[in-house]
Amino acid sequence: MSNKEKHWDKTKGLMFITLALWFFFGYVVFMFGGSLNSASFLGYPLAYYMCAQGSLIAFVVILFWFANKQEAIDEEFGFAEREDN
Amino acid sequence: MKGKFTDNLPKIYGLYTGGFAIFIILMAIAEQAGMSAKTIGIMFVAFTVVIYAVIGWLSRTVQVEAYYVAGRQVPTVFNGMATAADWMSGASFVAMAGGIYFGGYTYMAFLVGWTGGYILVSSLLAPYLRKFGCYTVPDFIGTRYGGNLARFCAVIVLVLASFTYVTAQINATGTIASRALGVPFELGVWVGLISILMCSMLGGMRAVTWTQVAQYIVLIVAYLLPVFWMGAKLGNPFPHLMLGDEVARIGELEAQFGLVKNAAADLKAAGVPGGLSSISVAHSEVPGGAMAAWKFISLVICMMVGTASLPHILMRYFTTPSVKSARKSVAWSLFFIFLLYSTAPMLATLSKLQLMDPNLATSIIGKSIADVQAIQWVQDWTAANQVFIADFNGDGILQLNEWFMRTGVVVLATPEIAGLPYVISGLVAAGGMAAAMSTADGLVLAIANALSHDLYYKIIDPKADVQKRLIVARALLIVIGAAGAFVASLRLTSILGAVAWAFDFAMSGLFFPLVLGVWWKKATRQGAIAGMIGGLGAGTAYLIYVGPKFMAMTPWLGIDHLRFGIIGAPVCLILMVVVSMMTYEDNAEAKAVSAMLDETRIPVGKTILGNK
Repeated sequence: MSNKEKHWDKTKGLMFITLALWFFFGYVVFMFGGSLNSASFLGYPLAYYMCAQGSLIAFVVILFWFANKQEAIDEEFGFAEREDN
Repeated sequence: MKGKFTDNLPKIYGLYTGGFAIFIILMAIAEQAGMSAKTIGIMFVAFTVVIYAVIGWLSRTVQVEAYYVAGRQVPTVFNGMATAADWMSGASFVAMAGGIYFGGYTYMAFLVGWTGGYILVSSLLAPYLRKFGCYTVPDFIGTRYGGNLARFCAVIVLVLASFTYVTAQINATGTIASRALGVPFELGVWVGLISILMCSMLGGMRAVTWTQVAQYIVLIVAYLLPVFWMGAKLGNPFPHLMLGDEVARIGELEAQFGLVKNAAADLKAAGVPGGLSSISVAHSEVPGGAMAAWKFISLVICMMVGTASLPHILMRYFTTPSVKSARKSVAWSLFFIFLLYSTAPMLATLSKLQLMDPNLATSIIGKSIADVQAIQWVQDWTAANQVFIADFNGDGILQLNEWFMRTGVVVLATPEIAGLPYVISGLVAAGGMAAAMSTADGLVLAIANALSHDLYYKIIDPKADVQKRLIVARALLIVIGAAGAFVASLRLTSILGAVAWAFDFAMSGLFFPLVLGVWWKKATRQGAIAGMIGGLGAGTAYLIYVGPKFMAMTPWLGIDHLRFGIIGAPVCLILMVVVSMMTYEDNAEAKAVSAMLDETRIPVGKTILGNK
């Protein structure tokens, strides 16, 4: 397997993990909204909290994590841009 | 100042923010000295709009690269701010907290949908489109699939989605301009349009970028300041972390006052103006049943997938200096968006509590109607047809279902309701104007660029020189802006309806051609064309079938006119896959596409279109 193919395999793997996390915080949580609301976080009902803040925070964190991970993959195979002009 | 322009940006915007703070303080002093509320409102809107126009003028350019993609040198974090302003429209700013106020948990599907889409943008599209080096979104489609027909189809989807969206934004600009300046709505629309064109005409993407950063600063200050101030007044200096008890208290008060849905006949008899609502949905309760969950999730799907297909957002990531910074920039964009979106439910909570909780001096529910009608802000907003009181049971006491407000009032009137000085209301008006203008700018530019670059330069007259291309681009900007203002002044749809439709159009026609264009080498030109035409066609047909103003048929499985992308996008995907499999041949063209995508998929090296 060439270097490019290995790089793309890892990139695809990261993409699927990222989308799995996205699916969890974007959809799975809200499929069970009714039962989640009986629990609470910071005093908020849990489903309300996830909707108002929780999932939003998760998305921001996932994006920064994804950008760093992908940079590491690019560097591992020598495909990172040399300077940040 | 010395050094590269981009190195000085933090200093420049720091000074700008400081200057804006001084302006707010001066206005506060002027208010104490007796300046009228109306003058303060005019000063706020006029001062900020003039600043944007000056930035637009300073960023004028005659270079193609600067005009279309801001010279590809917008630093990561600043591009994040510009994207956030591009993204958060007048509707987000003015109507979102109000939507949550009336719609509760169900409405908050928009918060999740309008943030999660950025994960699709970053993981599937933005870095690859940046590496591709295109000027516009149809530029990618045209080059990846080859041929003018594919490019033309992409232009059609882009224009349809963005134009639907831009009328809503010009509508919002006009509403705010007319209220702040005290002119009729029809005139306000044209004032708004001229302000928008001043920001974009001379400098294209470069000018829009630097005004959007300035607009982000104004809008975020205007949104956060009143919420933190109100929170502090109620003893919660960090409302995001501390409002758990308040949310619970609203639940108690809802039980005490009772959530009543008024009958349409009663509303008509009492003469409640259209567009005003009373609270009839619980604040934090999740509605039961699989159908409610499906409606929530289907709306989230449409908004997320639509986010990743809207050209005015994707093109912001063409302006970063590198692929790496495009990825980081998406993360920063969402961070800046999060600051406002996470505050909207807090604003709705505080606002609701102030009106409902009998322990607070500001409350009106449960008080005598005569007393409530004597309050100054109630009189002002009643006169403007924004709030209404209907004593259905004739007991002279204001019940929860007898108090009506327009959704925008929650943001615009909350400072007055909470008894904050008028300078805050002026600031909020300037923030709303900034939000509506920045989005309208991005949209008008996306349409004009697609028409001038893809339709005129690539299809009609490939030999046109730089000067001629830029003249065409600017002329189109004026024509599109004027057409948008004309349609907006007719007020055909509600702002929310138009915004959701834009997402559904984009999702039906563009999402899969873009994503499969990067991720599936065997996607063919015929497949993409079939997908774009079929997806957009199916979505539009379904919209006409269920749209309340069209055939108004009963939706299937709760897929109403806000969610028609649920029909369009799968049709697009199936057509694209089937037709691609039928037409794929392992010939020289397929090999060239494969080599091109191999280059697209790694950050290092020249852009595909070679204009780095």
